Amino acid sequence: MSTTSTSTAPTGAPPPSAVELDRRLYRKRQTTRSVLISVVSTAAVAVIAWAFVLNTPGWARVQQTFFDPAVAVEAWPRVFEGLLLNIRVLIVAAIGVLIVSILLAAARTLRGAIFFPLRALAAGYTDLFRGMPLIIVLYLVGFGLPGLGVFPRMPPEFWGTIALILVYSAYVSEVFRAGIEAVHPSQRLAARGLGLSHYQTLRLVILPQAVRKVTPALMNDFVAMQKDVGLISVLGAVDAVRAAQIETALTYNFTPYVLAGLLFVLLALPMIRLTDWYSARIRRREQVGSIV
Amino acid sequence: MTAPILRLTGVRKRFGDTEVLRGIDLDVHEHEVVALIGASGSGKSTLLRTINLLEQLDDGQIFLGELDISDPRISADAARGRIGVVFQHYNLFPHLSVLDNVTLASRRVHRIPRAEAERKALALLDGIGLGDKAKEFPDRLSGGQQQRAAIVRAIATDPELLLLDEVTSALDPELVGEVLELIRSLKASGTTIVMATHEMAFARDVADRVVFLDQGVIAEQGPPAQLFGSPREDRTRAFLARFAERTA
Repeated sequence: MSTTSTSTAPTGAPPPSAVELDRRLYRKRQTTRSVLISVVSTAAVAVIAWAFVLNTPGWARVQQTFFDPAVAVEAWPRVFEGLLLNIRVLIVAAIGVLIVSILLAAARTLRGAIFFPLRALAAGYTDLFRGMPLIIVLYLVGFGLPGLGVFPRMPPEFWGTIALILVYSAYVSEVFRAGIEAVHPSQRLAARGLGLSHYQTLRLVILPQAVRKVTPALMNDFVAMQKDVGLISVLGAVDAVRAAQIETALTYNFTPYVLAGLLFVLLALPMIRLTDWYSARIRRREQVGSIV
Repeated sequence: MTAPILRLTGVRKRFGDTEVLRGIDLDVHEHEVVALIGASGSGKSTLLRTINLLEQLDDGQIFLGELDISDPRISADAARGRIGVVFQHYNLFPHLSVLDNVTLASRRVHRIPRAEAERKALALLDGIGLGDKAKEFPDRLSGGQQQRAAIVRAIATDPELLLLDEVTSALDPELVGEVLELIRSLKASGTTIVMATHEMAFARDVADRVVFLDQGVIAEQGPPAQLFGSPREDRTRAFLARFAERTA
């Protein structure tokens, strides 16, 4: 539903004046002009880019090695099956990240001397895992932890999921913390004034407001994680990237990589659109009645 | 006279180098309405927040009935649950409906079943003409309606004491009346109230006792007729004169 309903007059209102009609005509002409200009300029850029790529000396060979439809059809079943593994890992990791990051953020808001170790641990955790490259965490967790010999044999995607949760929880907990700090202190006072405990205040009053504030940022982190699930292939898990690698090794053709890449984009698109839509909705709500 | 509901002895509070409360002694009896007046920065709000244990006091004692609630060994949450508080800026929870705002403490602190808490809350909201707004979110209400909802939230748990911290200061003049009317009806029903206020006419009209705070101490207190009519202290006279000048 749009709130920019400047032209819909309530029934019974007098017809628009001549001045208003003239303004509307002008605005309409302006809109048409802008749309025309953008269509023409987009088309021009596309044509120039296309012509440039087609005229590069190696285009014919690149097309053959990267964009071969026959190879793509051949690779499809395996790469798609790999993508299903990525999606499974993504879902489990996203749930894990939500839980761990909220706990981390809550731990960092605790006050009082007894909680110092917990607070320090949470702070150290976010420092460590925000600093360390994901691929190194993947190696350490994927090859190091099983090497300890205390865990039962687990598939590589299990360890990959753990590594993803470790790294992304550090980022997402900071997002939650920012949201918690963005809730006005008077809300905490009001809640405590009613007799709610620290924990009840956090759970019933602060977190619900914090989550609303940071939802677009959280969705953005989810989009980032969507493609990083592809990195679990370095542990040997046969996901879309690994499947593409196998197909490439069989055919000496890179089209499977392009196919896997496109699948990841398609996977991310709904979430990207949803994030945009949600952010726009918040923006509209917050500036009701303003057009600048 | 019965024992006071609230007794403050030698209450002190400091923020950094500024001593905001410098030894406050105050008794409040059941059904009594006490108005705190004084210039900005005289310690009215701090005193209320200290009574509600939202600020930790630096010295002195606060008794709620027989219980020393300034003793760190008692549960501060339980003590706060026995005292209602309303703030200048309402501080309703924006993510909860008016009804959920009002029932939150009943359900979560006093463990009253939701159905029962809601029945009572709706009766209270109906009583102030906000029954039809129960399912609305606070941002759909006018300032006066929000503040009245906040007052209902504070009394929904039948607190032994109600603290009002300049509850009309943030309201448009035409909305002040409806909030004052609600406070008047609370007094009629016997609620014990301590309120910080700039509404001198209202304090004069409703309060049983007026307490004038100046620089962190009680400079003078007494029945409104006496304190406003023939103040004993020079600084009370000066404050009232300044105030009359400003609002004239």
